[in-house]
Amino acid sequence: MRTLIRSGGPVLSRRSLAAGAAAGTLLAASGLSADRARAADPLKVGFVYVGPVGDYGWSYQHDQGRLALEADLGDAISTTYVESVPEGADAERVVAQLASGGHGLIFATSFGFMNATLKVAKSFPDVVFEHCTGYKRADNVATYAARFYEGRYVIGVIAGLMTKTNVIGYVGAVPIPEVVRGINAFTQGLRSVNPEATVKVIWVNSWYDPGKEREAAETLVAQGADVLSQHTDSPAPVQVAAEKGLYAFGQATDMSAFGPEAHLTAIVDDWRGYYIERTRAVLDGTWTSGDTWGGLASGMVAISDYNTALPDTVVAAAEAARTGIETGTLHPLAGPLTDQAGTERVAEGEAPDDGALLSMDWFVEGVQGQAPR
Amino acid sequence: MRIRGMRFRVGGPRLEARAERSRAMVYLTPLVAAGLTVMAGAVLFAALGHDPLRALYVFFVAPLTTTFGLSELFVKATPLVLCATGLAVGFRGNVWNIGAEGQLILGAIFAGGLALWAGEAFTDGGGPWLLPGMMVMGILGGMAWAAIPALLRTRFNANEILVSLMLTYVAGFLLGYLVHGPWRDPMGFNFPESALFGDAALLPALVSGTRLHIGALFALAAVAGAWVLLMRSFIGFQIKVVGLAPRAGGYAGFSGARVVWLGLLCGGGLSGLAGMVEVAGPIGQLHTQISPGYGFTAIIVAFLGRLHPLGILLAGLFMALTYLGGDTLQIELGLPRAVTGLFQGMVLFFLLASDVLIHHRVRWSRPPVTASVAPRGETA
Amino acid sequence: MDALAHGDWIIGLGALLVAMIRAATPLALAAIGELVAEKSGVLNLGVEGMMLVGAVAAFATMVASGSLPLAVLAAMLAAMLMALLFGVLTLTLMANQVATGLALTIFGVGLSAFIGKGFIGIPIDGLAPLSVPGLTDIPLLGPVLFGQDVLVYASLALTLAVSLVLYRTRAGLIIRAVGENHAAAHAIGYPVIGIRYLCVLFGGAMAGLAGAYLSLVYTPMWVETMTSGRGWIALALVVFATWKPGRVLLGAYLFGGVTIIQFHAQGAGLAVSPHVLSMLPYLATILVLVLISRDSVKIRLNAPACLGKVFRSET
Repeated sequence: MRTLIRSGGPVLSRRSLAAGAAAGTLLAASGLSADRARAADPLKVGFVYVGPVGDYGWSYQHDQGRLALEADLGDAISTTYVESVPEGADAERVVAQLASGGHGLIFATSFGFMNATLKVAKSFPDVVFEHCTGYKRADNVATYAARFYEGRYVIGVIAGLMTKTNVIGYVGAVPIPEVVRGINAFTQGLRSVNPEATVKVIWVNSWYDPGKEREAAETLVAQGADVLSQHTDSPAPVQVAAEKGLYAFGQATDMSAFGPEAHLTAIVDDWRGYYIERTRAVLDGTWTSGDTWGGLASGMVAISDYNTALPDTVVAAAEAARTGIETGTLHPLAGPLTDQAGTERVAEGEAPDDGALLSMDWFVEGVQGQAPR
Repeated sequence: MRIRGMRFRVGGPRLEARAERSRAMVYLTPLVAAGLTVMAGAVLFAALGHDPLRALYVFFVAPLTTTFGLSELFVKATPLVLCATGLAVGFRGNVWNIGAEGQLILGAIFAGGLALWAGEAFTDGGGPWLLPGMMVMGILGGMAWAAIPALLRTRFNANEILVSLMLTYVAGFLLGYLVHGPWRDPMGFNFPESALFGDAALLPALVSGTRLHIGALFALAAVAGAWVLLMRSFIGFQIKVVGLAPRAGGYAGFSGARVVWLGLLCGGGLSGLAGMVEVAGPIGQLHTQISPGYGFTAIIVAFLGRLHPLGILLAGLFMALTYLGGDTLQIELGLPRAVTGLFQGMVLFFLLASDVLIHHRVRWSRPPVTASVAPRGETA
Repeated sequence: MDALAHGDWIIGLGALLVAMIRAATPLALAAIGELVAEKSGVLNLGVEGMMLVGAVAAFATMVASGSLPLAVLAAMLAAMLMALLFGVLTLTLMANQVATGLALTIFGVGLSAFIGKGFIGIPIDGLAPLSVPGLTDIPLLGPVLFGQDVLVYASLALTLAVSLVLYRTRAGLIIRAVGENHAAAHAIGYPVIGIRYLCVLFGGAMAGLAGAYLSLVYTPMWVETMTSGRGWIALALVVFATWKPGRVLLGAYLFGGVTIIQFHAQGAGLAVSPHVLSMLPYLATILVLVLISRDSVKIRLNAPACLGKVFRSET
């Protein structure tokens, strides 16, 4: 699709360039590509965040991606973000305002923005949209997400080798397929090395409430968990593990600063590469719609530095799992998969396809706690 | 503890009560507030390294310069005005419903439930009866949720502030339960949202090409209705009497319980309608977050509008503008949400504080020595 | 529950009680302060905003100075400044208290996020719980009585102090008189506005302390809007307590306790939707309020008659 026009709608006003950007650098930057030279303006890239940038989790990591994009592409682009956008009626207005304000590329970074993005995209065929974690696409709407479950399998392996009580605590945000898939992959990794171990899940019904995350983590510890994993944004569960002398895994960012002894590793969301690649594609005119579901191999999901206290054998097992997943020899949710009731859901030698993964709403055997809904 | 020894006003500017409230000031105070806002905004934005005039323009004027901005202003103001109008009925009677948010959610659940049912039960997704039906359901849903604090207050004396607030959280979890479970879209990969409503369940647009829908007219109708009820009817008078002096209301034969019920049901009904308007208007489905706190913001709107329906209409539009302006500041100037929240708070402070001039004038003299005038305790 | 299966249910129960008390402490601290303000007749709905400003002030001071006492002090002072702002608007300029309080929360959310920009992702050494050799290790009672952090004990002491001052001292009598009938209190010669300022400032200081508890002790970190609505719960608890200090503590423990218990039920695999379980603390609070509110005369005596009403004096 080469129908990219830099100023799609009436441009209200141009985002003022930083004071330091002298006319000379501007010229130099516009000479980067022949395509850019014709357009006097840099490409405006908009980001819509569901939380505050200061959540130190989901939105924070997307903003890290935005900053990396600015650093990489310099004056060829300018970026804008709107944070704490509610997923109700406001989302459509914000996306539309970005589109009509001359943004050529807009990243909508929460599932709840899906229908709003689709609606706006229809009215702005010349603007390119990227929606994170959704499943609806259009000619000018691509989707992207990360296979966090691959990383969760790896930390499951570590948990299985580090637990002594064979009870792992898992703080979940809300029971959506993404979280359920992660719990299942974690459990499969866990039980691949330690079939006795089980996972206890507590839902806090919030993505981001340090106090509640702490309370859930403390409860899990009181119920015998000696390794904590989380699918919520704050480092509170890592802090609980650190206080009690137990282990935990970071989520979204490397949280080792909040519990250097306890933090075994973290699954890091790394959107930098994707944002740079897709923006470059728009600049080059090679952007096409599609679905990207990147995992460990693409770098979209990263395993942060291992805790130096981890025994070499554990690191080796984790690295083996990671290499297996990266090279495709190991599928984190390969059959045989049985659910909590003992019914076989995926037969041996098979693996769920992306549709089944996307909509997963049942727990594998080995998970205790309420199945979603 | 020697509280008695304290003297606050030694000299300088001093507030002196007016004998009567100043009609002129009723209309001038917003200008005073605007002046203060411009001054404070200039300092704030200049300190952040931005051209203050441009920032103020972006916040207050830019959203109003396009059809898109204007239509969005009305879309945003509609639920605020609906909730605030209903709340004002209760607030006038000293009924402290602060759970409009929950009542809005219940309205959305009831109306959305009907829309989802019709979408499955009828091949054409329901006929022209569906929207009126959803309106009724929305109002009933909000009323049902507000009836709980009303019942607990009148029967068991339980304070409605707590009950209505706690029920707001319960409503949120109820909505979460429904869209995560029984009501989630069967084709939606188990994500927590319902199916999209059919066309018959969507409010028609007022201006094509915009999101402005006929729900905005509901808000206007609610304002008109509340004006008649509060300013022109005997019921409105009763509410006011009970609100000002419950005992006097009792002597006059006005029932406090009736005012509690009326206040809560009006607030609940209109908040429920607001919920219906949101899901049948800009959202078009049920999902976990259908209101970014309209029910709470509406409390500010109600008081900013001095509990007067027309005042609420203006206050609702103004409040909506501060949200749109906040987004525009982020987009145009790259200011974080923190700054827009700061500024929004400041604007509200100025508006609320400048009201003092309606009842008082500023004097620049020492207080007279013969100060012993009878005190006057008044309600807000 | 698994704790039972392990046979060390006493440890489990002790942990549950400790968790409950700690979860309740920020609620209790903020609610006790708000209670004093309300007793003097001022309804400040800006608790959430004051807590957030307190939390970020505490965290920033801790990062800058490394001193816990200084950080706690900074939290109280910062939140008192917010309370002062509220006081100037509602007491001196006679603005509507409900709307001003809500605006104060909007302002506080923005201000705290603004101040906190540079403090995201920074760890600090939080305040650790006490450990009294011998005593803390006593089963069940040890951790509950001797294994808490200083601010938990402070919340108990402050509740007791507020209760004593309000009901056993002349100052308390004056505060209650001002909240009950400001016109009469003024006629007797009490400086209504001055007293209300002090009570509002006390409310601010306590909200700041509650915020500091979150960012220094409970979850030592700064993330935006980290209070997550606890200021609202604190407001509700004052009503729940029917304006009695002791009951504030009970309400906070009830709320915190039901929250922890529903987590325990989830962890134990109870087959009920987590959404339904999450409703429990709120429903429990309503239920208990209904039970304790039936004596209408008592309630009316406790609720300050002038709550939320503007005092205009002609002096």
